[in-house]
Amino acid sequence: MLTYIARRILYSIPVMFLSTFLSFVFVSYAGNPVGNLRNNPKISQNTLELVIKHNHLDRSVPVRYWFWLQDVVTHKLGNSLLTFQPIWPDITRTIGHTAQVIIISETLAIILGIAVGIFSAIRQYSVFDYLFTSVSFLGYAMPVFWFALLLQVLFVNIYLKWHVRIFYTSGLNTPGKGTWSLDRLQHIALPIMTLLVISFALYSRYMRASMLDVINSDYVRTARAKGVSEWRVIMRHVFRNALIPVVTIAALNLGGLLGGAIITETIFTLDGIGYYFIQSLQGSDYYAVMAYLVVTSVIIILFNLIADIIYGYLDPRIRYD
Amino acid sequence: MTEPTVEPFDPPEQVSPKAQTIDGMLPAPAGLFDSTVEAGLEFKARSQWSYARRRFLRHRLAMAGLVGLIIIFGSGIFANFIAPYSYSAIDLNNILHPPTTTAHHFFGTDEIGRDYFSRVIWGIRTSEEVGLFVAAVSSLIGLCVGAAAGYYGGWVDNLLMRLTDLVLTLPALAILLTAAALLGQGSQWRVSIILALFFWTGIARVVRGIFLSLREKEYVEAAKASGANDMRIMFRHILPNTLGPIIVNGTIAVAAAIITEAALSFLGFGIQPPTPSLGVLVAGGQTNPQQWWLTVFPGLTIVVIVLCVNFMGDGLRDALDPTQRRVRA
Repeated sequence: MLTYIARRILYSIPVMFLSTFLSFVFVSYAGNPVGNLRNNPKISQNTLELVIKHNHLDRSVPVRYWFWLQDVVTHKLGNSLLTFQPIWPDITRTIGHTAQVIIISETLAIILGIAVGIFSAIRQYSVFDYLFTSVSFLGYAMPVFWFALLLQVLFVNIYLKWHVRIFYTSGLNTPGKGTWSLDRLQHIALPIMTLLVISFALYSRYMRASMLDVINSDYVRTARAKGVSEWRVIMRHVFRNALIPVVTIAALNLGGLLGGAIITETIFTLDGIGYYFIQSLQGSDYYAVMAYLVVTSVIIILFNLIADIIYGYLDPRIRYD
Repeated sequence: MTEPTVEPFDPPEQVSPKAQTIDGMLPAPAGLFDSTVEAGLEFKARSQWSYARRRFLRHRLAMAGLVGLIIIFGSGIFANFIAPYSYSAIDLNNILHPPTTTAHHFFGTDEIGRDYFSRVIWGIRTSEEVGLFVAAVSSLIGLCVGAAAGYYGGWVDNLLMRLTDLVLTLPALAILLTAAALLGQGSQWRVSIILALFFWTGIARVVRGIFLSLREKEYVEAAKASGANDMRIMFRHILPNTLGPIIVNGTIAVAAAIITEAALSFLGFGIQPPTPSLGVLVAGGQTNPQQWWLTVFPGLTIVVIVLCVNFMGDGLRDALDPTQRRVRA
């Protein structure tokens, strides 16, 4: 097991180098960060040249990549090209907000998705099953940005019409309110709802399919035949085995969630890492864009690894060596 | 196929060899065959494709999806006949007008009086072009790479698998946004090409898997023994067996491409105005949250398109699965 983990981590390193290099080439041709500075009348020609010199913008892209790598290691992902501020504090601040939203919505989505999946499988082809099958079909077909926007439009209009503030439709906090306040919840409720619906559709479908798979297997028939009560069959024999593929899907879904976070945070102008990425991309601040890509790739690789480890733990038939 | 000894009457000329088999696969039991001929019944030989077609036509949701798609894509294709206005025509007397049947503003108008119904129809044309282009190109790339990787193995296979791993470990939307910001320049075709270059890996994986398992089959060995070259074996003998999954994946890719393009355009990194794209139209709703119709109608169009495509994909998956002989009622 340990050798497997070590091999996976070692194997991720060249992948990371390759993917960061490719993204670096992409991003550095995407736009000229100096162009924005040139338009700023407050910045003199001298400062401009200093910025170019200091960030090695006069060098070729591979050389810049090398300097960037040095920055990643020695300066915690380096400084922004637009504000000249270090990137790391921005990343840690925004990723906290994103994590809050994603963790709450994922917890709800997993609990709800698994519960609905179980019931749909037990009562296959019932009204309940058909209802949630349609819901998840809709959830698949619905673009994230549209659903988020619908919620925003709905609550903006509720506020304008009746002047009640149920949920805020933009921002992260009213000034002076904390991270764990009702005010924060009112702000992040709509982003949570958006991500929740998307993940819920996925998990309930997978849970249902995987439950049905297990219910029709031989050992469940054996369990029933020897007189185990139906509740015990479902909870002990079916549920626990059906959970295994869902764990993998939940971990693999993280990449999609981060993508969803980009969209929802942009719509609800939430100070998360996705919104930070979009702003950096719009300003061609490519060190910040690179920082986002590196941080999220590392997180995704880690989660894939964790999913594999959990998978091996849950399913003793799987052996990694 | 039939044993000459049991033949009740002589005619290999009158009864074609195909008619002597059930489903063109199983040799007919001797007794069964002659009794049915005597009863005046005829066997109808059906190919896999005709079975697939029958299963598809009996699949209700898939047919509903197909009809929906024909209507929607048809209105996109004939946008210049169906749309009551041009997508850029400005009507300053009707600014932010709610949906109404007078003056054909079925979906209302936006802040400079452009008719949203016409804009949505032109947007459908853009979306369907992107969806079909991306599906076709990515299937083609995926097919070639997957075939090479599955058939030859070796470094091609290694490279492909590493590449698909790479795509899996990256935050896909972020990469797409970056690529579109760099290379897209708001052009529809550039964005389509970028999407196609990201979408082929899934299909390549599927095709590789099938090629990997089929290249060990006896009929491939037989073809090899009779002197067929690699190209012939790959495209003549193995490829037809992969067409089912390719068609299904291609269909799903249409939906995925339409959604992704809309998301990119919505965030401002995909297709740029004045080209009407459904994503851009939804973004128009964000600037006017009180005018709900600007958000609802373009988004609803995307949902309906994607639902239809997914239903069709499901129907195709069931229909093209050769293990399913049963024709669904």
